[in-house]
Parts: sequence; C-alpha cells; structure tokens
Amino acid sequence: MWRDLVATPLFGITLTLVVYMLAQQAYRRLNSVLVNPVLVSIVSIVILLLAGGIDYRDYARGGDLILFLLGPSVVALAVPLYQRRQQIWQRKAPILLGVLAGSLASIISACGLAWLLGGSREVILSLAPKSVTTPIAISIVEKIGGIAPLTAALVVLTGCLGAVCGPEFCRLIGITSPVATGLAVGTASHGIGTARMFEVDRLAGAVAGLAIGLTGLATTFLLPLLMALGGF
Amino acid sequence: MVRGFALLLLFQLCGEATSRLLDLPIPGNVMGMGFLLLALLLKIVKLQWLEEAAELLLSRLALFFVPAGVGVMVYGDLIAAEWLPISVATILSTFVVMAVTGKLAQRLEVPETDDVA
Repeated sequence: MWRDLVATPLFGITLTLVVYMLAQQAYRRLNSVLVNPVLVSIVSIVILLLAGGIDYRDYARGGDLILFLLGPSVVALAVPLYQRRQQIWQRKAPILLGVLAGSLASIISACGLAWLLGGSREVILSLAPKSVTTPIAISIVEKIGGIAPLTAALVVLTGCLGAVCGPEFCRLIGITSPVATGLAVGTASHGIGTARMFEVDRLAGAVAGLAIGLTGLATTFLLPLLMALGGF
Repeated sequence: MVRGFALLLLFQLCGEATSRLLDLPIPGNVMGMGFLLLALLLKIVKLQWLEEAAELLLSRLALFFVPAGVGVMVYGDLIAAEWLPISVATILSTFVVMAVTGKLAQRLEVPETDDVA
C-alpha cells in the first residue's frame, strides 16, 4: 500500500510543501542566510528520499507538477517589468552592458578555472552555460557538445549559491543600488537568484527577471564566438 | 484570478509555439514573457487582469525550484567524477559574475559621481 501511495503525485507534492514550510519557519526563527529555505528543502528531501529508499521518479510525479508552475511564473515576470518600465528603461545601458560583461566573465572564469584544475573537455563545456536558465542552458550545451544532465545540475547549484549569498556578497563588495544588485544576482544565478531578489526588493526582482532572458540571449551568441576564438 | 492564470498560460503557449515553429534557442516561457510585456505596452492586455495571479506566483517563485534541485541527486555520480574542477569553477565563477555585473552596472548607473568626486 505504501509503495502505491508513494508513486502518486500526492506524495511528491505533500513532501515538497511540508518540507518547504518547515524550512521557511527555520529560516524565520534562525534568521541566517545559511538556512536558505530552497537549499534546506532540497537537501532535506534528497536525504529523506535516500533514507526511505524512494525512487526519484516516484518523487518527480508530484515534483514535476510543482515544477510546472515555473513556466507561467516566468511569463508573469513581465508584470513587474511593466510596472517598473520607466526606472528600467532609464538604465538600459548599464543593464545591457552589465549582462554582457557578466555573461563573458561567466564563460571565461568557469571554463578557465576548470581547465586550470585539469577538468575534461566535456566538463569544461558543460560549465560554460552554468549561469543561464535551465532550458536555454540545455539547448546551448547540446549544441557545443557538453553533458546536458551535468549542466542541468550545475545550473541549479549556481542558482542556489547566488540565492543563498548573492545579496550579502554584493553588499560586502560595495554594490548598493537595487538595480545593480538585482542585475548581478539575476545574471549569475538566473531564476533561483531572481526568486531571492523578489524577497529583498521589487525593483531588484524585476531587473533580475529581465537578466534571466538577457543572459540567456548573450550566452547563446557569445559562446560559439568565444569557442571559435579560443580554437575549441 | 482565473483570467490572470488563463492569460499567463495562453502567453506561455504562444511562446512555446513560436519557439518550436521557428526553432529558436529561446525557451517558450521566456518568449511568452516577451510577448506579454509587448501586449502590456501596447495596452492589448490590462495590468489589473494579471496583477493578482502574477503576485501569487512570483511571491512563491522560490518554492517552484525545489523539485528542480532535488533532481540534481540523479546526477551525483557525474559531479563526483570531477568534483574539484566542477565545484571550484562553479563557486568562484558565480562570485566573479556578480562582482563584474554589479560593479559595472553601478558604475554606469551613476556616472555623475565621478565628476563630483
């Protein structure tokens, strides 16, 4: 009976919501960025699934239904963009140049570091689109010959890292403007970073949301160019 | 509320259709965001039709990423095989991107501070 229940969407959805609710309570109680609710939920659910001997595919039946809501959420990012269109349009040059420089820095630093540390060609290529939102990152990595599942995992890890400490890191190095902070976290950590920025500031969230699309576009066009230049 | 969700899904569907028909590298939901922004700017769609649904989704955006993160467990072996270059490159590069983007955008955002200083 338990086996059958676990294989229904009810299990995955309930597990995700209950764990996330508890993680949010812990976050409010402890008031520390280290207990970021998304990260704590992911780690807790993975541990629970492994401990209970539950197959990931069983969890995904419910998990995928929650994941589905990401689609309309990305479309909904048009709403804060529209509401803050004047503030954003006034800063179009810093936004576009910031995303362009960040996308270049992402490819060069990720691939360069992996190369210095002796990473294989497939791993180096899989790292290149790590700051790009998952669907765009997958289509990029399939074209350049990396490992798509590895990229998908790295995209999520990059997102969590930026969400956990992005706003704090920006403040530490003297980035104070909400537009610059939102752009930095959105460019580095796509949707997961954007989710965190919406908790910090609405304008920063709107700019981070814009950065998801722009970083995807910039990387799609920059990466083949850089690979040709680097003789890859 | 129902109208808002219906519109969001409709725009996502249009985005998906365009992305597939034209074989674009941009995913359907990002195309849908672009289409919706255009429709709002052209006053084809009214902001108040969407506000409630958009607010509901965006205020819970973080939750929707949890199942994606759990999915990483399936690829644990891939990461373990070359964990050192992967972890160092991912972590350091993420901070490099935030520093480059944030510093540059902030510098360009207020060019007059340089003149004053």
